Amino acid sequence: MAYAVEVDHLTVKRGSRTVLDGISCGVAAGKVTGLLGPSGSGKTTLMRAIVGVQKVRSGRIDVLGLPAGSAPLRRRVGYVTQSPSIYRDLTVRENARYFAALYGTGYRAADQAVADVGLSDTAGQLVSTLSGGQLARASLACALLAHPDILILDEPTVGQDPVLRQELWQRFHELADSGTTLLVSSHVMDEANRCDRLLLLREGRLFADEIPQELLRLTETDNLEDAFLQLIISQRDHARSDAGPGEQAAAARSGSSVRPGAGSDLGGAA
Amino acid sequence: MSPRITLMTTGRVLGQIRHDPRTIGLILFVPGLLIALLRYVFDSEPMVFDRVGTMMLGIFPFTSMFLVTSIAMLRERTSGTLERLLTTPLHKLDLLLGYGIAFAVLAAFQAVAASAVAYYLLDLDTRGSVTVVMGIAVTSAVLGSSIGLFTSAFATSEFQAVQFMPVVVLPQVLLCGLFWPREEMVGWLQAASNVMPVTYSVDALLEVIAHPDPTGRLWRDVAIIAGATVVALVLGAATLRRRTP
Repeated sequence: MAYAVEVDHLTVKRGSRTVLDGISCGVAAGKVTGLLGPSGSGKTTLMRAIVGVQKVRSGRIDVLGLPAGSAPLRRRVGYVTQSPSIYRDLTVRENARYFAALYGTGYRAADQAVADVGLSDTAGQLVSTLSGGQLARASLACALLAHPDILILDEPTVGQDPVLRQELWQRFHELADSGTTLLVSSHVMDEANRCDRLLLLREGRLFADEIPQELLRLTETDNLEDAFLQLIISQRDHARSDAGPGEQAAAARSGSSVRPGAGSDLGGAA
Repeated sequence: MSPRITLMTTGRVLGQIRHDPRTIGLILFVPGLLIALLRYVFDSEPMVFDRVGTMMLGIFPFTSMFLVTSIAMLRERTSGTLERLLTTPLHKLDLLLGYGIAFAVLAAFQAVAASAVAYYLLDLDTRGSVTVVMGIAVTSAVLGSSIGLFTSAFATSEFQAVQFMPVVVLPQVLLCGLFWPREEMVGWLQAASNVMPVTYSVDALLEVIAHPDPTGRLWRDVAIIAGATVVALVLGAATLRRRTP
């Protein structure tokens, strides 16, 4: 499989806390990859590292064959942060046009992107007057207008109504069909079904790197929520059987895996 | 670096202010009102008003642009837009210069408004021309902006950012010669004021008060202000980190 992003033994520490613990994974080119995990699992940190704004302790990340964060990638990678990062004291249109100017794509691309996220009617409105869902979409528009090769979207569907969520996912798949690579994070497991591939993250470790159907088959469950639980339990069991008597209790208390790369037990996971 | 991106950034910053009429009002009218206040404080001493009023025409733009810029840049940092900008093709200097030019434009309007009030309504009198005073006002505004951009890096909230005003601005105002001639201060205070950039804005304005044409000393002062601005911008660029913990 061709990877647009390759992460190799990435470790990120914040102070003494390990946020990402030796993660290796890939983001398949031209697909929608879901990055799932509870809040605090390190999703945003992994995304920031891929975009190149995160200080990393060790490991490497290649994006489109270049080291993450290198200058030529700034035109090719679009990043939408979790809290909408656009100017609240400008209108939607002014925001889009400013970001279009940065990417050199012109006003028409800006107005098109605003229309694509369904904000044509509010284009002239100040961002500070928008609802939470509209705000997130305005922020998304400012990334879409650059037509990036890779889109990194941190919880883009939070706070959107079900109809819009459906439309956004449809749009993500259209983009993937036209060759864009998407990495979309979410803490809502029912969104996992909409992804081509899944990366499951928990407490800074990668639990699975699979296609959703395969995950269900391997864990013998019929929904991804259960599959995720099943994975956590099976890893904890591994941890217990591997650890000595003294370490057992510690492993059980922390509930975390002490076996790096245990995901490979599920067969075929990277 | 790209002139197009720099100018678009200037346009964006001015656009943000355009949507905030109260800020525009404060920037344009407060200096004029304060100078009018001074005029009546020194009602019996028109010569003192000429001196103090002219110096204030340089100190106001420095102070107000310092404040506005440091808050604007702090908001850029805390709202996540800075991090986002640094993932785009924008160069750090595009951002800093974009800000600098935007606030220079604002400062020019402020200088025109304040000077008009001072010269035409309050009969402020200097040997040198009002246009030179406005030119010095704009350079000290740009100086204020660039120092504001730099100091905003040390604040994590608006509360902290406004507290930098007494730390960064007040000592310069106290020692620049506004309250007491610098030559009559004790040696170590003179030495301190020698390394404070606002001193040179005020010194340049004192030259305008005393001489009909720009003097060599005035040009030296302006060059020092420009140099201090460049140093502050470079330091400011160093505080903009693409990668953060």
